[in-house]
Amino acid sequence: MAKTLAEKILSQKSGSDAGSGDIVIARVDLAFAQDTTGPLTVRQFQAGGFQNLANPARTALFLDHAAPSPNSEQSGDHIFLRRFAQQTGCLIYDVGYGVCHQLVAESLARPGDIIVGADSHTVTAGALGAFATGMGSSDVAVILALGKSWFLVPRSIKVVVSGSFPDGVYAKDLALHLIGQIGADGATYKALEFSGDGVGSMTMAGRLTVANMAVEAGAKAGLFPADETTQQYLTSQGRGDHYQPLFADDDATYEQIVNINLAQLEPTVARPHMVDNTAKAKELKGTKIQQVFIGTCTNGRLDDIAIAADIMKGRKRHPRTRLIVAPASRQVLLASIRAGYIQTLVEAEAAILPPGCAACLGLHQGVLGRGEACLSTANRNFKGRMGSPEAFIYLGSPATAAATAIKGEITDPREVI
Amino acid sequence: MLKGRAFKFGDNISTDHIIPGRLAHLRSDLPELAKHVMEDADPTFACRVRAGDFIVAGLNFGLGSSREHAPLVIKMAEVSAVLAKSAARIFFRNAINQGLPLLICDTSLINDGDELEIDLKSGTVRDITSNRKLTFAKMPEVMLNILDEGGLIPYIQKYGDFRL
Repeated sequence: MAKTLAEKILSQKSGSDAGSGDIVIARVDLAFAQDTTGPLTVRQFQAGGFQNLANPARTALFLDHAAPSPNSEQSGDHIFLRRFAQQTGCLIYDVGYGVCHQLVAESLARPGDIIVGADSHTVTAGALGAFATGMGSSDVAVILALGKSWFLVPRSIKVVVSGSFPDGVYAKDLALHLIGQIGADGATYKALEFSGDGVGSMTMAGRLTVANMAVEAGAKAGLFPADETTQQYLTSQGRGDHYQPLFADDDATYEQIVNINLAQLEPTVARPHMVDNTAKAKELKGTKIQQVFIGTCTNGRLDDIAIAADIMKGRKRHPRTRLIVAPASRQVLLASIRAGYIQTLVEAEAAILPPGCAACLGLHQGVLGRGEACLSTANRNFKGRMGSPEAFIYLGSPATAAATAIKGEITDPREVI
Repeated sequence: MLKGRAFKFGDNISTDHIIPGRLAHLRSDLPELAKHVMEDADPTFACRVRAGDFIVAGLNFGLGSSREHAPLVIKMAEVSAVLAKSAARIFFRNAINQGLPLLICDTSLINDGDELEIDLKSGTVRDITSNRKLTFAKMPEVMLNILDEGGLIPYIQKYGDFRL
């Protein structure tokens, strides 16, 4: 039977000939939790009476969401997780390493893997051809103990991407455009599978951005084929041996086919309080913004910081708009320093934060006050997400964010490049 | 048989509406966290809800984060089931894993405050106030079995493994 990427990976890992709609039990190659879901994961693991991990070398804890810890309660959670790592021998990425999904991409994800994280943006690793999906603490606790879980093999939506990005338009605009088109529940229980000649022209950073946002359409996974770009990326990370080519069969069955021509896209912004409430950046001109935030598992990579630094070079942020930049990992931070991007951004009056989730989820490092508006490169703009439920979050690309920081209002980046 | 009042919500109630990320510091203090259940959707919910009541929502309930604290605080408020037109997939699994029934049915005919009676076995909702009867979609066998055991951890403790 011709298979989609989702069917291929789930068949292989369950040792069966699985098609969409089947329920299978499959081995999990990598399981992880972070500091806001990890404590409950560990408590559920303990409540189940488990002591040993099925696969300590492929189990990871990340201290990234509230790191460095902003309060004693979360410091307590960090202590609890460090102790669990010490007792079980699992991997732990402590304060300052960066956002879990970026570190999974850099160091752990392999094409063809099944990856389950106690974090909804686990889908990010789909950019490398891994079936990566988010689950809750109980599911991950059982995976830690048994090394497997049950999966409903999803039906797939094929997104055929053609052409290449025009100036000022990026992978984030593709992700927002797609979600605006199919809706915040347009892919619920389904996999989004990306293909077409446009995918070949997309960088790994761009693929990670798009896969990351698959869950904002409700998808269980956002899958890219593993191709030459994947091989080059893994080789650049010293993991060339982890590469295997992986493509969907040509005659696989899809529930729906969506065609997107990159050449027709424009800088796109999601308006409060839903990711599918999209508009063109130019239509929002005049919307005053008090905080611009560049970073996160969506857009905190070197390419993103380069885009922002190129636009900000020799310029300053608007006096009434603060600019916060958080590189997604230590590797990204170091490379940004070497390339001079950090100096450029500091000269543009940005506040640079340590690698981590930073302001994204309202815990610290840029919490929004009542009535404030933020243009963020993150993936979610739900009411209350970044602090006050009476604040407003707009989502856009790093280029839109940089242009907005300069002008103090939402700005189409093509006005400033 | 479950019996209680309907608390009606709209479409796209996110996990941030249910229990926002800014309260993550309370996640290791569940009784304190649970006081904020549904706070950003209805700040009066936590003090009005009584044991046995139902959350009745529209499309895509529970979208967003994987935080299992969302169904957990609903369960701690002693809500006996969530009814929705559709639900986000991670929330769906999390609810069942916490032993919280999540029933997919056409909720548009249920009004806020209606008295409901739900029979999980036969898959029916009786709206006593409006004298209407609804049926809800059957969930996969594996989820029904997890729900029957009161959640994933008791299920795994009993069977030691997944059974399809």
